[in-house]
Amino acid sequence: MPFDWGLPPAASTFAADIDRIYYIILAVTGLAFVIVEVALVWFLIKYRGRPGRKAHYTHGSVKAEVIWTAVPAVVVVVIGILSGRVWNHIRGRDSVPPDALPVALVAKQFEWNATYPGADGSFDTDDDFTLRNEMRVPVNRPVVVHLTSEDVIHSFFVPAFRVKQDAVPGMEIRVWFQATETGEFPLACAELCGLGHYRMSARVVVQEQDAYERWLAEQAASQTVASR
Amino acid sequence: MAHPAVMQPPAQAEPGAGVYNEKLGMWVFLGSEVMFFTALIGAYIILRFAQPGAWALPGQILNVPVTAVNTFLLICSSVTMVKAFAAIQEGDQRMLRVWLLATVIIGATFVSVQVFEYMQLAHEGFLPGGYVAGSHLAEVAESGVAYKGGPALPESVGLYGSTFYTMTGFHGFHVTMGVLSMIFVTVKAYRGGYTAQDHRGVEVIGLYWHFVDLVWIILFTIVYLI
Amino acid sequence: MATTAAAFDHVAHAHIDTRSFIKRYIFSTDHKIIGIQFLIMSLLFLGVGGLLAIMMRWQLGFPGAALPAGGMFPETMAPDGIMLPEFYNSLVTMHGTFMVFFAIMPLLVGVFANFLIPLKIGAPDMAFPRINMASFWIAVPAGLIMLTSFAVEGGAAGAGWTMYAPLSASAEYSGVSTGQMLWSASIVVLGMASILGSMNYITTVINMRAPGMTWFRMPLSIWALFITAILTILAIPILSGAAIMLLFDQLLGTHFFLPPQGGQPLLWQHLFWFFGHPEVYILILPAMGFVSDIIANGSRKPIFGYHSMVFAIMGIGFLGWIVWGHHMFQSGMNPTLGTSFMISTLLIAVPSAIKTFNWLGTTWRGNIRFHVPMLNAVAFVAMFVIGGLSGVFMASTPVDIQIHDTYFIVAHIHYVLFGGSLFALFGAITFWYPKMFGRMMSERWGKVHFILTFIFYNLTFFPMHQLGLGGHMRRIYDPTEYEFLLPMQGINRFITVSAILLFTTQFIFAANFVISWFKGKRAGNNPWQDTGLEWTTPSPAPHGNFPTTPTVYHAPYEFSSPHVAEDYLMQDRKVERIASPTAS
Repeated sequence: MPFDWGLPPAASTFAADIDRIYYIILAVTGLAFVIVEVALVWFLIKYRGRPGRKAHYTHGSVKAEVIWTAVPAVVVVVIGILSGRVWNHIRGRDSVPPDALPVALVAKQFEWNATYPGADGSFDTDDDFTLRNEMRVPVNRPVVVHLTSEDVIHSFFVPAFRVKQDAVPGMEIRVWFQATETGEFPLACAELCGLGHYRMSARVVVQEQDAYERWLAEQAASQTVASR
Repeated sequence: MAHPAVMQPPAQAEPGAGVYNEKLGMWVFLGSEVMFFTALIGAYIILRFAQPGAWALPGQILNVPVTAVNTFLLICSSVTMVKAFAAIQEGDQRMLRVWLLATVIIGATFVSVQVFEYMQLAHEGFLPGGYVAGSHLAEVAESGVAYKGGPALPESVGLYGSTFYTMTGFHGFHVTMGVLSMIFVTVKAYRGGYTAQDHRGVEVIGLYWHFVDLVWIILFTIVYLI
Repeated sequence: MATTAAAFDHVAHAHIDTRSFIKRYIFSTDHKIIGIQFLIMSLLFLGVGGLLAIMMRWQLGFPGAALPAGGMFPETMAPDGIMLPEFYNSLVTMHGTFMVFFAIMPLLVGVFANFLIPLKIGAPDMAFPRINMASFWIAVPAGLIMLTSFAVEGGAAGAGWTMYAPLSASAEYSGVSTGQMLWSASIVVLGMASILGSMNYITTVINMRAPGMTWFRMPLSIWALFITAILTILAIPILSGAAIMLLFDQLLGTHFFLPPQGGQPLLWQHLFWFFGHPEVYILILPAMGFVSDIIANGSRKPIFGYHSMVFAIMGIGFLGWIVWGHHMFQSGMNPTLGTSFMISTLLIAVPSAIKTFNWLGTTWRGNIRFHVPMLNAVAFVAMFVIGGLSGVFMASTPVDIQIHDTYFIVAHIHYVLFGGSLFALFGAITFWYPKMFGRMMSERWGKVHFILTFIFYNLTFFPMHQLGLGGHMRRIYDPTEYEFLLPMQGINRFITVSAILLFTTQFIFAANFVISWFKGKRAGNNPWQDTGLEWTTPSPAPHGNFPTTPTVYHAPYEFSSPHVAEDYLMQDRKVERIASPTAS
């Protein structure tokens, strides 16, 4: 795998939105960083102590202070509004697309189990089937993950999709994404969950719609065989 | 009433809170106590709202009448505390001792009744972890029949036990600490350690005592009555 | 109960000290000795915390390689010197715990609130000297309990310093039983020490200021310590309550945080962070106060915008109570709550910006002296800016999705706690060292230590931002388990080498600290030509502090005042005023 500076390559629909906010904040904070550090260094050099000189005696300037109170206030409010919009799109009350494909993902020490509803489209029926440490989804189709945990808190993290959500025992949390590229993407546990936390890894396989459906049919067939 | 000099803030200082250090310190300390009980009570409220089914009706498991009497006793001890303070303000050493001693005795009685209550509950099978397997209450809950004028007991009372013992236990711990400090103050009173001019110890322990009482009234209401 | 009498007692003893050695140095009620006791204790724990970090870094940089001198560890920690995942988890947990609770917090508050408050407000001692002593002697066993937990069966707590339940609440999940209970117990005990201390600081500041020391003549260090004490006394009991519930879950079988019987893991997080965010400001506000004192001194100028600095401290202290949810954006908390927590969090940028620009304004047109405290204070400003700005990324809920629980967070916290608080502490220790011990720390070695620390510190922590962006999770024992992290393993190795150098550099500070104690240049009353009341007393300050109660005539930072020939005007010096429209 090649090494990339900054964020890893994005492979989901909202990844671009998140990355955009990231770059906006990077630009704003970068500018603030340069202004402050340059001013600091410049003052330190320019006003370094010299014998026989006295510093300028002042207790401040209301005008200057109003400016550097107001400007950051406005900037952070703007960042807040931009972020709020994207957040709402990803996690808002009705943000999960209604046609999203459901997958039940159960975390436990130290593995991920992805359960598919099978042909009838509903969970807890005989034709459900489960993959261990792998999740398979079609490309360009929203997927909603019903996230639960059997023991402690884990965290469902797919860096390429910009998805992270804790799996909390006793709660079912829905989190959705829509992959935009096919391939294999690493899935990791991001919340310390015990001594095997570091190896609680899995993969998300994204396939073209027809390949995915073929695979689904195969699974259904083998499932029927198994249940006989 | 004009406070004598020792009960003023330190001389030679900027105007501060207008009260002497020990009293100010106790107020600050009580601020932290408020936050402590807020954490316990807050957790209780959140857990109970999320799992109302884990609680039995008032009186089904807990002995409300006995605790009501106990509550009344504790309120009485606040009265005796006020009397003790009023006595020393007048310089009445004898009544100070009498009322302090009364407060100590009532406080100790309260704690004893609470210990007795715990023993009773443990005997019936109600512990911080919930029912004790094989105990009377566990059998009643398992049988699913109506119990003590209410519906059947909840299947599991893990959260009920957790919050009940933690909240009342820490209150009891506070009363115990109060009684021990009160004994210290009482001994000092018997040695004539307080005067009408300087009775800071009596006032400060009184503040703590009233606070602990107040907390109990809240706890009694939300733990036993609701 | 005889504070006033005790205070007079102090003054009477100011010159001929007849107390025994034990009363003077071990079970002392003198706020200065207690401050120094805290200093020694917390510097030792700082060393412990650093050592744990280095061991952790070794595993991350060179996974599976035997630790140097690793043979001394028992089989249960590191067989053949190669550490086990459970030992790594203990290291992560204990590094955080020691650094936050037993190093930075006591250094900032235990040491300096104790040492500075009475000296700077002109009081003979704390309001409750005996409670003050109790506070220290409660903190010591708390630290020992925490240290002992390494030696018990199952090892030390391993659920991270944030102790997320249910991992922390049941040995069934973590494999650690006694260690987890000792953690909870130690935190409860330490909490008592903090509460007693804060009660003392608050009472002392309110009630014992010398005549003329009005609220707005208090140095910013005292303001910061005062607000910090208020935060402490209100926040710590929440942690104590939560830790007690956690302890009961482990010990008595209660179900507060255990879901099988209806307990709520998120309840722990809410309680922990409701304490935890004020705690974050407990760990930075005093540092801001010291830096303000030192920058004014180094620039030889009154602090720029004193009043707005005070209000910024209060603003940060207040905002600290309504932002805790920003630690929980990805926790399953209602996302709508996330938005409100994002807004309140972003608003913290405002008081932080005020402080930063006011420090800049203080250096502007100054006559800057680059003594060691000043260098460290300036580094604080430079590094705090990075830590503050990186906070904006996390505050933004969508960006937090990617960087939450990654090394980006690790970078952020270390830019604030090490780049911020610890640099301020290096400055503050050097600055007030002469008042504590009567001798100066070596200026030359102080500068060497500063430069090396500054370089290695940035080499250690800056690359962590990149790791985090790349998706490197926190608290993983072996990053090479993940193929997508392999390309960044070089950065991990680089960080490890830098961290080892950073740790080694601290021996310079330790040596400077110890050697200067005996061999340092003797200090006069006021070696830094400062304006504070503490510099009117001899160095080291005697028992009882001031022969007579000082009277205060001036604002705290009257440097380069036109009213006097020198470039500093001490707070208790009465001068005939020339017409002065600006001076207050």
